[in-house]
Amino acid sequence: MSNRRQFIIRSAVLGGAAAVMGAPALLHAQAASIKIGYTVSKTGPNAGGATSQITPVYKMWVREVNDAGGIQVGGRRMPLEVIEYDDRSSSEEAVRAYERLATQDKVDFVLAPWSTGINLAIAPTLNKYNYPHLAVAAITDMAPQLVKRWGNIFFVQGGGSMYGEALMDILDVQRKAGLIGSNIAMVSIADGFGVDLSGGARKAAAKHGFKFVYDKSYPVGTQDMSPLINEAKALNPDVFVAFSYPPDTVALTEQARVSSFNPKVFFVGIGTAFPMFLKRFGANVEGIMGVGGTNADDPRFKEFYKKHVELGGAEPDRFTNINIYSSLQILQQAIERAGTLDRAAVIAEIKKGTFDTANGAMKFTDQQWRDLWFTGQWQNGQYYGVAPAGKPGARKVLLPKPAWKPV
Amino acid sequence: MQLIVELLLFGLTLGGLYAMVAMGLTLQYGVARIMHLAYGEWLIAAAFGAYAAFTYWQVNPLITLALSLPVGFAVNWLVYQVLLSPLVRRTQAGPALEVDSLLATFGLLFVVQGVMVVLFGGSYHSYNFAAEAVNIGGALIARNRLIMFGLTVLAGLSIYLFLSRTRAGAAVRAVATAPGNAPLVGIDVRKVSAITFAVGGALVAAGGVLASMFLTFSASMGVIFTMKALIVIIMGGVGNMLGAVVAGLLLGMAETLVARLVDPGLTLAVNYLLFLSVLLWRPAGLFGRPVR
Repeated sequence: MSNRRQFIIRSAVLGGAAAVMGAPALLHAQAASIKIGYTVSKTGPNAGGATSQITPVYKMWVREVNDAGGIQVGGRRMPLEVIEYDDRSSSEEAVRAYERLATQDKVDFVLAPWSTGINLAIAPTLNKYNYPHLAVAAITDMAPQLVKRWGNIFFVQGGGSMYGEALMDILDVQRKAGLIGSNIAMVSIADGFGVDLSGGARKAAAKHGFKFVYDKSYPVGTQDMSPLINEAKALNPDVFVAFSYPPDTVALTEQARVSSFNPKVFFVGIGTAFPMFLKRFGANVEGIMGVGGTNADDPRFKEFYKKHVELGGAEPDRFTNINIYSSLQILQQAIERAGTLDRAAVIAEIKKGTFDTANGAMKFTDQQWRDLWFTGQWQNGQYYGVAPAGKPGARKVLLPKPAWKPV
Repeated sequence: MQLIVELLLFGLTLGGLYAMVAMGLTLQYGVARIMHLAYGEWLIAAAFGAYAAFTYWQVNPLITLALSLPVGFAVNWLVYQVLLSPLVRRTQAGPALEVDSLLATFGLLFVVQGVMVVLFGGSYHSYNFAAEAVNIGGALIARNRLIMFGLTVLAGLSIYLFLSRTRAGAAVRAVATAPGNAPLVGIDVRKVSAITFAVGGALVAAGGVLASMFLTFSASMGVIFTMKALIVIIMGGVGNMLGAVVAGLLLGMAETLVARLVDPGLTLAVNYLLFLSVLLWRPAGLFGRPVR
């Protein structure tokens, strides 16, 4: 017994030591600077997403701002000073870190962490200290209720069910054009994200009269997708939909290719817009659909892409990264318009203003941005937004997806 | 008919992955008595090695696989000599060794993971190798999965034969079953433990290279493999090579059957159900002998 207790105490000490080792990286320490703090999941299960979406964008923005001399506040330019912690993909760790950023480091502003869970976990803390909280990498159907509770939070990427609904809406258009039938095979990951998105899709599918010939969820960490893909293939659906996470998105696509499963619509979840996905599947990405999207022909996207590679040191994905960058532009412009570091004044500016961003003009309605891409498709080596179809720059959906090419 | 071939084939290849991942740990934990928590980290490190060699220098992963054996052996031998042998001396290889090695390798986990994050970042990686479909009795399967399965069977079989048919193998088994008595017949327990631990390291490195051919991995995924390996070796009987292979195949088979015939959402449940029923029936694992 004493051994076990000792083990628990000692592992807690080890964990704490690890947290301290990953502690403050102070950059650009100057007298009249703006202190910015945030956590990023450098380790743990969220690291894969966080380090490809948060780290390069924050790095790029800080360099860009400081190269220009800083943010214009009142009459002077104030450079950024950054404090970064590793939250190790843990909500408790993140709450502690933001508490520390507020009370000990006394940062002027915070940037959001990655994932819905961690953003919601730190929201009460940020609300307590009244920091503007631009939660981009957070998708929740609860957003309309949450903004009533927290006047300082802003949602950029909508709610989970909206993605399912948007997909069904464009599938309905394709069916009316006679390009696809009504049979859908759907798989989703068994967690909040999968439940929200597949739930939205189910509801919208019922409304449009689509039929699910296969509708199953799989646990997080599933390594072998062959049973799912082969069963779906045996049912011969016109549409395959997966609300999946990056490793599963790759595994499902790979298995579909190996099994020669060629539905007319092949839709996979998070990760479809990642540069890693393009690298892995090359020409085979053509026609694959997924969540999110960009207007890849827009010069603003091209400029963002170039800067992301130069200053951030990596290729951006084709959805979330530009939204995160836009949220930083909004924060910067709101500070400049307020002309002060007073957080209440900055929040008021974010609520009422229209901002010029890499996404074009952005404005929050009830603290939520609703004008985003919900569905995208790889066309000619680029990932374009296809839904909502009325959004400027929306591409036509190309169906059927071409058959897999041998590798 | 095609369904049966499919189920068998996919069940066996998934089971082969589990068995491959678990074989090294059963040696390290079963024989050397080291509960190696950084085990999965080495698997990911080897996967990154194969990834880097393939994408930057176009080295065939099968060559990396051959290299991974001596490198994995050397690195793990060093880990044992530098990090673990002081613990072995202090605890006289008694029951306290398991707890102490748990703590030491827990620290090692952070070090290895940290180095990988610095070198490769935290994002997902994957590459394409031997991914073309092979048709076996109407079932389509990627060639890299077959390579993995074949090599797992080969590795499992050769180590099993080594342990059961050779004199050196008998020494290893003696250390596994009765570390206190082995010195009485002239076995250098520390040396045998160090070498067995290093062989376990070579196996996990090979497993990492093989898995990297079809899995998408990131620097923080090691713990998933450590956990899977633990389930497999405890179910198979700690320290028993045949047990690890059989348990791995059983789990893979069960998961595939349930995912295809019942519901993919139940794979985790069937995993633990099988695990618990085996332990209720045989508390020391399928092939384990009750010790102490």
